[in-house]
Formats: sequence, structure tokens, C-alpha cells
Amino acid sequence: MGTEIMKDERRVISVIVMNESSVLARVTALFAGRGYNIESLTVAPIPNSSMSHITIETKGNARVMEQITKQLHKLIPVYKVIEHEEMIEKEMVLVKFPIAENLSDIAALCGAYNGGIVNVGKEMIIAQVADEPARVGHFIEAAQRYNPSEIVRGGIVAIER
Amino acid sequence: MQMSGAQMVCEAIIAEGVKTVFGYPGGAIMHVYDEIYKQNGFEHILNRHEQAAVHAADGYARATGEVGVAMVTSGPGFTNAVTGLATAYMDSIPMVVISGQVPLSLIGTDGFQEIDAVGISRPCTKHNYLVRTLEELPRIIKEAFYIARSGRPGPVLVDIPKDITVAIGDFVYPETVDILTYKPTYKGNRKQIEKAVEAIKKAKKPLIYVGGGAVLSNASDLVRELAKKTQIPTVETLMARGVMGAKNPMLLGMLGMHGNYASNMAMSETDLIIALGARFDDRVTGKLSEFARYADIIHVDIDPANISKLVDVDYPIVGDLKDVLENMISMLDGVDTDRYRAWREILKRYDELHPQSYVDSDEVLKPQWVIERVGQLVGEKAIITSDVGQHQMWAAQHYPFDRPRQWINSGGLGTMGFGFPAAIGAKRAFPEKTVINVTGDGSILMNMQELVTAAEYKIPVINLILNNQFLGMVRQWQTFFYEKRYSETDLTFQPNWKALAEACGGIGYDVATKEEFDAALKDAIEQDKVCFMNIAVNRFENVLPMVPAGGALYNMMLPQIEEK
Ligand SMILES: Cc1ncc(C[n+]2csc(CCOP(=O)(O)OP(=O)(O)O)c2C)c(N)n1
Ligand SMILES: [Mg+2]
Repeated sequence: MGTEIMKDERRVISVIVMNESSVLARVTALFAGRGYNIESLTVAPIPNSSMSHITIETKGNARVMEQITKQLHKLIPVYKVIEHEEMIEKEMVLVKFPIAENLSDIAALCGAYNGGIVNVGKEMIIAQVADEPARVGHFIEAAQRYNPSEIVRGGIVAIER
Repeated sequence: MQMSGAQMVCEAIIAEGVKTVFGYPGGAIMHVYDEIYKQNGFEHILNRHEQAAVHAADGYARATGEVGVAMVTSGPGFTNAVTGLATAYMDSIPMVVISGQVPLSLIGTDGFQEIDAVGISRPCTKHNYLVRTLEELPRIIKEAFYIARSGRPGPVLVDIPKDITVAIGDFVYPETVDILTYKPTYKGNRKQIEKAVEAIKKAKKPLIYVGGGAVLSNASDLVRELAKKTQIPTVETLMARGVMGAKNPMLLGMLGMHGNYASNMAMSETDLIIALGARFDDRVTGKLSEFARYADIIHVDIDPANISKLVDVDYPIVGDLKDVLENMISMLDGVDTDRYRAWREILKRYDELHPQSYVDSDEVLKPQWVIERVGQLVGEKAIITSDVGQHQMWAAQHYPFDRPRQWINSGGLGTMGFGFPAAIGAKRAFPEKTVINVTGDGSILMNMQELVTAAEYKIPVINLILNNQFLGMVRQWQTFFYEKRYSETDLTFQPNWKALAEACGGIGYDVATKEEFDAALKDAIEQDKVCFMNIAVNRFENVLPMVPAGGALYNMMLPQIEEK
């Protein structure tokens, strides 16, 4: 029997569910109850259908991933579980900077990550970036030198190629 | 037809063919109880505790294979039912529990007797519903029964706010169910079955490992046929006792923590496990890294999540055991049974070396003797339920179970207090059969109020209390692993069992010798009244063999070690 060392890996799964009350609670409770990780989670209705699309970023070895998929499948309102292999994944982030910072530098930085300044207030500006999750991470690192006062990451959405 | 939600509940229960509902009323479910009063399509048994009501419905389901039904009120009524739900969930028992809930307008306000029933029961039900409109009520009940009994069975909760039971609407009970997101797989993949059959034909030391799934799928005849046709030795889990039949020459016995030597050695040395509706529970496998080290594994299960959950499976087959076995057996025509002869000989020698045994005594009753004696006196005629502890293991080891559904116990959750109400449920389903609950002096007190239920409804269940004046199973672990520090397991302070039974409308016996036991059991069967039989057994008897928790299956403590 295989006793190969199983490595924890980052995985993204999509869960297509019936759009009904407490379905999200069923999914998250399953993760909590069985000790699986949720790194990020997004959910929204699928247009023109009675279903919703939940995207979950998780971590685990091959056996854990297999169990997660199967256990999700067992939930009655779950229609489909997609363990992404070849996917396009994107994440959005909103960042608030003091107006006193160098706005053109910030705009240029955002531009490099598929974003820009989306709101200018009296004391703060808000920038938005949508990119691959790893690149969003780089953007947030780079943005530190402009003293961001608030950062909101949106969680991952993914689609199989 | 126009009717109230409460009436719809009753009509749906009748439409499902349910004959007996076990339950307990209260504020939020009163409208439904008012309708129960008016109808005569099913009977209602008033257990004296909601936990017992759910266990009774569970026992009914296990004995019959039909969906058990229980009904409780909101808040404390529901929370009392949770242990019953969890017990049924862990053993995949088809059951529908209907609970009252506070009116919709009060949900979320911490109203009187409001508790989040679907939230609490989520991890211990197959599925659950909070009904939100009267229109969806008939569909939800229909789905609940369907989900409970289909695929891998399990309990389903339907939580109904009180105002929905009051509201009036049109009732049409759906004929069929179509849940887009729920389509269990029944047919096993033919290619996979073919591969598994090839593996069986190539194996030298194959072993059939049968679990409770064989009972749930009513596949026992096919399991017997497979073993007979191939002459492959077979082991049963605790939940599968009765599947092969005690007299079956292909049956080695029960495996696992308290399995017999030959069964555990067979599992340790086999080169091909044929797992049929079994789930490689930790009480069965012992230390995983040492489990069945030389074996390839065929695993047939209706629940894909059971496959490769704990051990890597070489031949996974998802499907209903019945369907898969029918195919498998037909592909095994002309199988060379001589191939496994040497293996059968080895296992026979193992069994001769260390048979399932105990040392009897003339001074004191041995619990194992009591079980064997019951087997001799009532044998295949009786249904045996049990509680949890040493008595449960002795019953599983020593009773000559002859058919599936004859043995009813809480294997997955291990719920003390299960046996008596489950026996009530089983007896209600089969009034002609002798129903015996093998219990302990600890467990029986956890649902002893059911004496009143059994007396009122004339459900003559025989409770054999194997009285060791201990929480014996815990005491055994303390003896072996805690240097005999008997922390809170001594039960020498005892009720007057006979008086207790009599006070509740039953009868009692105090038994200390073999002669007294024979006489008491004969009388209990004739009297046809619920009874407590207080049987004084050897206090420090241990359940053996035993695989210490976390140890390898082949490292068993064997009976000789224990006898002084
Ligand atoms: C509800 C519940 N509480 C606690 C336990 C833990 N437990 C398992 S066996 C046991 C002792 C049971 O004692 P008794 O019913 O007298 O049976 P014996 O082992 O003595 O035969 C206990 C406390 C349990 N299984 N269920
Ligand atoms: Mg005891």
C-alpha cells in the first residue's frame, strides 16, 4: 500500500450549488467540521440559472483533496465539484491610500497590475487591481511604500481553460 | 385538497406507508399532534424521552429496512433528539425526524424554545430542511423520505415552523422525486468489476470483508453466494453480524479490536481484500500502517467518499452491493476454488490455535456463558439489540447470529442508552419475535424511563442486564492502560432492579446462577411483559481478544493472558 509522502498543495476548487438558503453554511461547515482549510472563498449566483458558483482556495495533500471533493459531492444541494487543473484565476483588491501620497506613482503601479484609481475623496484615494492571485500579492507588497490605510482582497475566482 | 400544514404532515406520513411514529409533543408541534389525534392511518407511540423516541424509530428501521419516523417539538425536544440523529447517521440508518419550530416571524429572535435545529443537526444528518413556505412542505417531506432511503441511507430532519402547520393550502403529494443535484450511483462499472474478478482469480489468499452495507443493501444472500461459490473465507464487522450466518463454514468470525484471532490474522496476511459495504473504521483496522500490508484491495461501496478515505484502494467499485455482487458472481463461473485451499487450511489452523473462547466457572456467572445460553435457548428466533460496552462485545462475539437485521447495535457512535428503545422499535415492528436487549448496569439507566413506554403499550422487551457493577468497558481500559486506577467506573451503588421494573409496570428478576438464569428467561418469555433481568456476572471479566487502540491488528491480547 502506498505510503508515499503526501505534500500539502494549494488547490482551487469550484463548487456549483443550488441557490438555496443555508447552502453556503453547509459547504463551510463541512470544511470546519472535517478540519479542512479555507484560504479564500467567493460566491455569486450564476447568471440565468438557479445555481451559484462557489470558488474555494484550499490546501491539502492528494488524499485530503480527494476527500474534500467527495464530501462536497455528498452534500445534497451540490451539483458539481471542479478541481481546477488548467485554470485562469483572478482576484480583485481594493486599497485606500492617503491623498498626500504620490498619486501618479500609485496610478502607474496600479496600471502595471491591471488596475487604476477608482475613487478620489478629500483625504483618501481608492485604487483597484484585478490580476492573478500571486500578482495581487506582489502588488500589495509594492503598495506598502505608499502607506495604504486599508486593503480588501476579494478572494479568488477561477475558470477552467 | 385544502388542508392545514399539520394535516399535510399526517397525510404525507400515511402516503409513505408508515405504520408507527415514535414521538413526544410540545408547543411548536401541537398542531401536528392535534391532527394525529384525529387520524387513524398510523399509530403514535409516546416514548418518555425524545432520545428514546428517535432510537425507537431507528430500531424499527434497522429491524425492517424501512424508514423510521420520529416526531419532536422545538428547542429541548429537538436537542434531546440529536443523539438519536447522530446514532442513526453514523450507522447510515434511514430515518425521517420531524421537529416543530417557532413561527417564522420569531425565528432569529431567541424566541421561547427556539434553537437552530438545522444548524445543530447539519453534521449528523444526511440532509435537513427548514420549511419556509406551506407550498414547499409536501415536496420537502417527499424528498426527505426519498433521501433517507436512497443511496447511502441516513437520517433526514424536517424542521417545520408552527405557523406553517397552522396555515391552510392545497395538498398534492408528489408522486416522484427529481433532485437535480442528487443522483446516487447504483450500477457498478462493469469494467471495474471485471478487473476485480480477474484479481480474485489471481489471488492466493483472498478474504471477503463484509460490513454493515451488506445489511443496508439487503445483499446478504449474495454475499453468502459469493463466499460459497469461490470458497473464499469471510470476516464480518460488528455491523455485519448475521450476514453470513453463524453456521456458515466460510465465516471466520468478527474482526477488529475485539475480533477473533483467525479473523484478525486473516486480515493481516491476506493478499486480496474484497471489501463489501465496509468502511475500514479504526476499530476494524487497528494501526493503519500495519493494516493488511500484503493486500491489494477491492472496495465496493455505494458512497464514493468511503473509498480510499483511509486506505488506498486498487479496485474501487461505486455502486449498490446487490447490483455489483450479482454481476461479480456471474463472472466467477468456473472459478478455481482449490487455489485458495492452502489459505483456508492456514486459517483453520489459526482458529484451532486460538478459538473464540472463555473460561467458564461454577462459582460465578460468566457473561459469555449467558450470551451463549441465550443463543441456545432462543437462537435464531430472537432479535438481539444491545447497548454499548463489554456486554455489547460479548453479544457480538458469542451470539449465533443467523440472519441480517437480527443484531441491532450502535456501532459507529457507540451510544449507551440505545439498546432498550431500539428494542421497543424492533418489537413493535415484529410483535411475534422475542426481542432481547443485552445491556449493562451502566447503559440501561440511560433510557430506563422506557420501562413506562413498554409497559403502557405492552411491548414486552426483555432487558438482560449483564451486571458487573462497573462501567465495565472503561474499567477494562483502566485495568490494562491506567494501572487499575478505577476512576468513576465503580457502580456498586445500585438500584433495586426488580423494584424499579415493577414500579414502572414491568417485572424484574435477580439472577446469580445458571439454573436461575434458565428459569428466569423461560418465565420472561412466557410472561410477555417488559422486564429487567438483573444478572450478577463476574465483575472483572475482560473482553478478549483485544487489540489495544492504535496497535497493529495482529498484536492481540488473548484469553490465556487474563485467566489467573
Ligand atoms: C452516552 C455514552 N456515554 C459514555 C460512553 C463511554 N462508555 C463506553 S462503554 C461504557 C461503560 C458501559 O457500562 P455498562 O453499560 O455497565 O456496560 P459494561 O461495559 O459494564 O458491560 C462507557 C461509559 C458511551 N459509549 N456512551
Ligand atoms: Mg457494567
